[in-house]
Amino acid sequence: MNRLDYTVARPAQSALTVNKVLKNTYMLLSATMLFSALMAAVSVVVQMPPMTYLLSAGGAMLLIWLVLPRTANSASGLWVVFAITGLLGFGLGPLLSYYLALPNGPQIVATAFGGTGVIFLGLSGYALTTRKDFSFMGGFLIAGLLMVLVVMLANIFLNIPALSLAISAIVIMIMSGFILYDTSRMVNGGETNYIMMTVSLYLNIYNIFISLLQILGAFSGDD
Amino acid sequence: MDWMKIGSAILIGAMILFLWPRAKQMMQESRKAEPGEWGSVLLILLAVAGFVVLLVMMVR
Repeated sequence: MNRLDYTVARPAQSALTVNKVLKNTYMLLSATMLFSALMAAVSVVVQMPPMTYLLSAGGAMLLIWLVLPRTANSASGLWVVFAITGLLGFGLGPLLSYYLALPNGPQIVATAFGGTGVIFLGLSGYALTTRKDFSFMGGFLIAGLLMVLVVMLANIFLNIPALSLAISAIVIMIMSGFILYDTSRMVNGGETNYIMMTVSLYLNIYNIFISLLQILGAFSGDD
Repeated sequence: MDWMKIGSAILIGAMILFLWPRAKQMMQESRKAEPGEWGSVLLILLAVAGFVVLLVMMVR
């Protein structure tokens, strides 16, 4: 009897844990998205210089590498998540100001924003409903990301616009893969820390938005 | 070369250095795909690419 109770109770508890992680992750992700958008709006209004983007991204990366791993299992991790997403949102200000100044700028920004939302909801919804295990993609995605970073580094010096667009297109594909991978990790119990999960998903969305903005800006004929 | 380029290069270089150990670990520990698994992923990514093309056509 005890053995039966154990086998019945264990999957139920596991499902409860997964549901809790999913609920907490999407709630925190929504809150950080709103906060990030607010910070981006502030940055646009006060017209921050282009250097802001670099400094904010650098600050956020330092928080992700040095502070987040030490705080992710405590309540203070929540403050760190808001600091990271706030910084990244604030850094978007100069980029948004640049695109908004284009003749069809508001349309480009709105399309990139809406498009990012559709891609995220579609992919995350697919992984959630099918409950497929996408863990086999991990090695391929991280190797692809590393290669893209190396090409990005080279293009800083080469300055080839077509290569820059190709990088943006590949980043969208890789981040889309990461959305499937991360969501499946949550669904299949591979990741139980909703703070780490929120940061991962936020970075996927953030990178898709920036890349989409660049592609739409270039093909609108005004970049 | 301006400061933005130098700063960007430093940031991307740091990202590569930071990601390298994690990438090595993920590549070693990642499970092998079963037949058909990559096919479904490729279809999904193709749909994403098609959607991006649609968005580009919308802003042109």
